[in-house]
Amino acid sequence: MVRQYETVFIMTPVLSEQQIKETVQKYQSLLTESGAEIVYENNWGMRKLAYPIQKKSTGFYYLIEFKAEGELIAKLETTYKRDEKLLRFLTVSLDKHAIAYNEKKRSGGMRKQQEAAMAKQEIVKPKSQEEAEN
Amino acid sequence: MANETEIKYLTPITVETQRKKYCRFKKSGIKYIDYKDADFLLKFVNEQGKLLPRRLTGTSNKYQKKVAQAVKRARHLALMPYVADLLK
Repeated sequence: MVRQYETVFIMTPVLSEQQIKETVQKYQSLLTESGAEIVYENNWGMRKLAYPIQKKSTGFYYLIEFKAEGELIAKLETTYKRDEKLLRFLTVSLDKHAIAYNEKKRSGGMRKQQEAAMAKQEIVKPKSQEEAEN
Repeated sequence: MANETEIKYLTPITVETQRKKYCRFKKSGIKYIDYKDADFLLKFVNEQGKLLPRRLTGTSNKYQKKVAQAVKRARHLALMPYVADLLK
């Protein structure tokens, strides 16, 4: 049965930017090659951890939301466990409310951006009019 | 006779008007509690980072379970502490 899942993993802060990209790409390709459909991705970037993990106080967070068969999760988690670049990971299946919430959050963020863009345009417009009048 | 019926207090009695508790999730129609939103979850833990009981927050049983689940997930991802001092 195809379900929607959401996975977050924390990479160690000792990695270089190149290594982070490679690690992310590794999991993206792992998912897509095993027949999963990536719905949404979000790079949270470097964040401070609430408590130290493996004596590290920061980490790079990365979130992937995808649609896949349930059997893929076990495969994904074993690769997570074997990966020494990761401090933590969490995979959760999303119910209908969660999917709705995530979509709303995304579109809401979009709306805010649009509003900001609109506000900018509004500020710009009168100026140009004034300039035209002058 | 009149003196017996009239009861006088030295200090005015404070009549406790208990405000009715309500479940904020039911009231505002929130159906999913996001474990990634640590700032929101902070409302449901005490200064030490422990979960607050339902009798204090007024959350219904259905959503208290979801709050607990979300807090535990947030703790696992180091978004919230397992143990803390002076969290607020």
